[in-house]
Amino acid sequence: MAHPSQLGFQDAASPIMEELLHLHDHAMMVVFLISIFVLYIITLMITTSLTHTSTMDAQAVETIWTILPAIILILIALPSLRILYLMDEINDPHLTIKTIGHQWYWSYEYTDYEGLMFDAYMVQTQELPEGTPRLLETDHHMVVPTDSPTRMLISAEDVLHSWAVPALGIKTDAIPGRLNQTTFTTSHPGLFYGQCSEICGSNHSFMPIVIESSTLNSFETWSNLMLEP
Amino acid sequence: MQNFSAASVNFSQTRKQKGEYTTAPFDPRFPNTNQTRNCYQNYLDYHRCTKALAAKGKDTKLCDWYRRVFTSLCPVSWVKRWDEQREQGTFAGKI
Ligand SMILES: [Cu+2]
Repeated sequence: MAHPSQLGFQDAASPIMEELLHLHDHAMMVVFLISIFVLYIITLMITTSLTHTSTMDAQAVETIWTILPAIILILIALPSLRILYLMDEINDPHLTIKTIGHQWYWSYEYTDYEGLMFDAYMVQTQELPEGTPRLLETDHHMVVPTDSPTRMLISAEDVLHSWAVPALGIKTDAIPGRLNQTTFTTSHPGLFYGQCSEICGSNHSFMPIVIESSTLNSFETWSNLMLEP
Repeated sequence: MQNFSAASVNFSQTRKQKGEYTTAPFDPRFPNTNQTRNCYQNYLDYHRCTKALAAKGKDTKLCDWYRRVFTSLCPVSWVKRWDEQREQGTFAGKI
């Protein structure tokens, strides 16, 4: 999860997020190389007493600074497109979970598990158990089995919301009357936190998302417990 | 990767024991993020199927696949609303 002195992304909890982190590092390397090169040229130009040397008919340099940026852009665009299509892939999901945004909580439906449904409200600060993150903890976690491809279907009941979990690299708009699909696979057990990411009213900041990834056995136990009245 | 395949085998086994609850597979008619139509079409297909089979006096068990898919995909509130509309005869789709 996020922590106070954090500068970059959260640690990846899914293969897609892993890919996104690599793309980010790759793009940052290109950015740094270009920035340093430009800074170097600027320093050269302001520290020399020569001006206007070879500014006319410099065909070689014209060719290079046209083609080189094109190649650099392609080197960023291709890996980016690769991940874009990777994220669209639906690998035969093991289970489908629906989440519906409400003002101001998320409700979850596991209709593959009979009538397993619940609302997840934020835990108020005064009721927060020790060691749990403030404004991020919910009274019910969305439990998923680790390593299982999961189909998420996201919608809303009243206004626009957005269901986002940074550690999994997911952000999908929740739109009333429309059903949006996304998939994820958690690569290790743990708690992954997220927040509503579309301004949806006065309590927009107080409808967090908690995903609890655990072993298949614990998941089965949990689903059975939830189904008991 | 080893871990991954082990988990998936386990999962399908547990599901098979319980029988009914396999989730809807990927449908090439609806490859996009927007799955609204996928849910609606399967809801329609289920009720068309049961109507057609009931008219012929056949067992409507054959339609269970559509029911399973639309219960997997459709939000419960949507199904409830459509069921109410069908009862009142105000449902917009052709069944
Ligand atoms: Cu919201």
